[in-house]
Amino acid sequence: MFREVLKKLWADKFSRISLIVLGIIYFSLLFADIIAPYNKDFSDRTMAYVPPSKIFVVDENHHLSKPYTYNYIRSFDNENLRITYDIDRNQKHYIKFFSQGQSYKLFGLIPMKIHLITTDNDGRLYLLGTDINGRDVFSRILFGGRISMTIGFLALFVLFPIGLLYGGISGYFGGIVDIIMMRFAEAVMSIPSFYLLIILASILPGGMTSIQRFMLIVIILALIGWAGFARVVRGMVLSVKNQEFVQAAKSIGASRLRIIVKHILPQTTSFVIVAMTLSVPSYILSESGLSFLGLGIQQPDASWGNMLKEAQEYTNIIYRPWLLTPGFLIFVAVLAFNVIGDTIRDVLDPKSSK
Amino acid sequence: MQILKYILKRILQSIPLLIIVSLISFFIIRLSPVDPLAELRLNPSVSQETLQKETQRLGLDKPIIVQYGKWAKSFVKGDLGITSNGEQVSTKLKERIPNTLLLTTIVILLTWLVGIPIGIIAALNWKSNLDRILTVLTSIGMAIPSFFFAVLLLIFAVKTGWFPIGGLTSSDFLEKSLLGQILDISHHLVLPVTVLFTLSLAGLQRQMRANLLDVLDSDYVKFARAKGLSEFKVIYKHALRNAVNPMITLLGFEFAGLLSGAALTEYVFQYPGLGRLILEAVLRSDINLVMASLMMGAIMLIIGNLIADILLIITDPRIRRGNV
Repeated sequence: MFREVLKKLWADKFSRISLIVLGIIYFSLLFADIIAPYNKDFSDRTMAYVPPSKIFVVDENHHLSKPYTYNYIRSFDNENLRITYDIDRNQKHYIKFFSQGQSYKLFGLIPMKIHLITTDNDGRLYLLGTDINGRDVFSRILFGGRISMTIGFLALFVLFPIGLLYGGISGYFGGIVDIIMMRFAEAVMSIPSFYLLIILASILPGGMTSIQRFMLIVIILALIGWAGFARVVRGMVLSVKNQEFVQAAKSIGASRLRIIVKHILPQTTSFVIVAMTLSVPSYILSESGLSFLGLGIQQPDASWGNMLKEAQEYTNIIYRPWLLTPGFLIFVAVLAFNVIGDTIRDVLDPKSSK
Repeated sequence: MQILKYILKRILQSIPLLIIVSLISFFIIRLSPVDPLAELRLNPSVSQETLQKETQRLGLDKPIIVQYGKWAKSFVKGDLGITSNGEQVSTKLKERIPNTLLLTTIVILLTWLVGIPIGIIAALNWKSNLDRILTVLTSIGMAIPSFFFAVLLLIFAVKTGWFPIGGLTSSDFLEKSLLGQILDISHHLVLPVTVLFTLSLAGLQRQMRANLLDVLDSDYVKFARAKGLSEFKVIYKHALRNAVNPMITLLGFEFAGLLSGAALTEYVFQYPGLGRLILEAVLRSDINLVMASLMMGAIMLIIGNLIADILLIITDPRIRRGNV
């Protein structure tokens, strides 16, 4: 089944593009250390809000040259009372590929210094400009993407076992257990999900390490979605629980938990796969919204949502449009996931194959 | 009469639901290590007496179950306590809830006016290029993060000056005539409505498309065709009615989604709605306000679902006869 779905996905024009786009994104995130010119936390305070570096391939004598860039000099314009950035044309900084730069550990293990694209030590290469602390936006997008693009999947891995077990128990036991469990699930669903999300996020204590915070955000995201999922699972369990194979399991004396986990829940596999692919984008959006408000991933860690936090100021969005790039990336990633989800739903829906 | 009985039953059913909601919210909020009166204590304009009264009212010196009991008692009486600025929570809510309802109602009306026809067009041109293009267009709308879209529209508003930036009314609102006031509010609503409309259009359009496709495949539609009815009559008299019914159930979900989506949009546009209120309350850890707005959100959601159910009874004769 899995191979067939992949084949159909590849055959469809839109979903093939989406697969390729997501492939490129995840590949770049995996090798972010190599691709990014700078480390995640490298900041040059004298270079706050520098616009993207201009890269030249034709030099001042109109000759073709190796690509090079100039640094920016910051100065204060006394007449208009604003900071201006001018190109410092005295010193050319050639762009180097696969050469030595800041040291890092690839996958947290292998110490390396090679960067895909960098420039000499005095030069600064800011492909997408810098933020308020003089950190390279391009590098931070790569490192932040690691958080934004995986948090949805992690939340799903926490949420699905909970939802499956909850729905399974509720549907299989029935009666008063079912009523109480479903009332509770409905109550969770009656709180507008984003309200619940911000309240859960707001009670997180401060002073956590970034890993702890990340894990807690994952759990919070999972706490939002499980109820709706459990309800659907319960419905499916109700429809299979009186079938012969369940009775057979009962008659050989299998325990109730074993019947639920081993015999009934596997019946829901294809639904689970579809539900998973369809709900990844909504978790990506939730995380970015939460971080945008300052309740999710915190500085100095990067996520696409918290990088957009700076876009809340008018001056930033008007004079420093490069700060908006993470928003476009969220858009592209979510769109790609949605297109793939649509196609998978079409493929697995028996009606569409007629 | 039967319908009334059903409605009454549904209202009674939602009471235990609300009790569980309040229990969940209460325990989540009390789990936080924040002192619920910290802001109030720091506020010099709040007297010692008010502080005493709030401590008494919330029962902060007692165990959490007693605290919940106290809270529930005053909630039922309609006493929601005071915000950290010393204002009444209830006045604050009265000010904000109508604004959120206004925003969401307009958005729901618009999405239905646009989404249903597009869904029909897509279903009737199934698997054609038009269908593909419509689905991709609405997908694009669904994929833009609401806050990001709102920020982009703000840039647009600042650059062109065509739209007011944020809020619901201009500063000279009270001096305007009634018509002027309505125009002023509509002018302020354009951008937030655009964001939420784009966000929720896709879901409706897809659902409508899927429903109509399902119905077009059914036996009675085939029969109507075989009988020699014109295609127009088959679709608009027979198929469409049954395809729209499930959409009404969706109305409740749509409302829930909008309440959530509206929070971020309201925040970016500085729109005085419930979503922004709860956000500000959360950021200031204003416990009374958070608790009350959570409950209001849940009540609005439950009422929204109730309305959807009642509408369904009115439109679907099968439910009227069977389930009630």
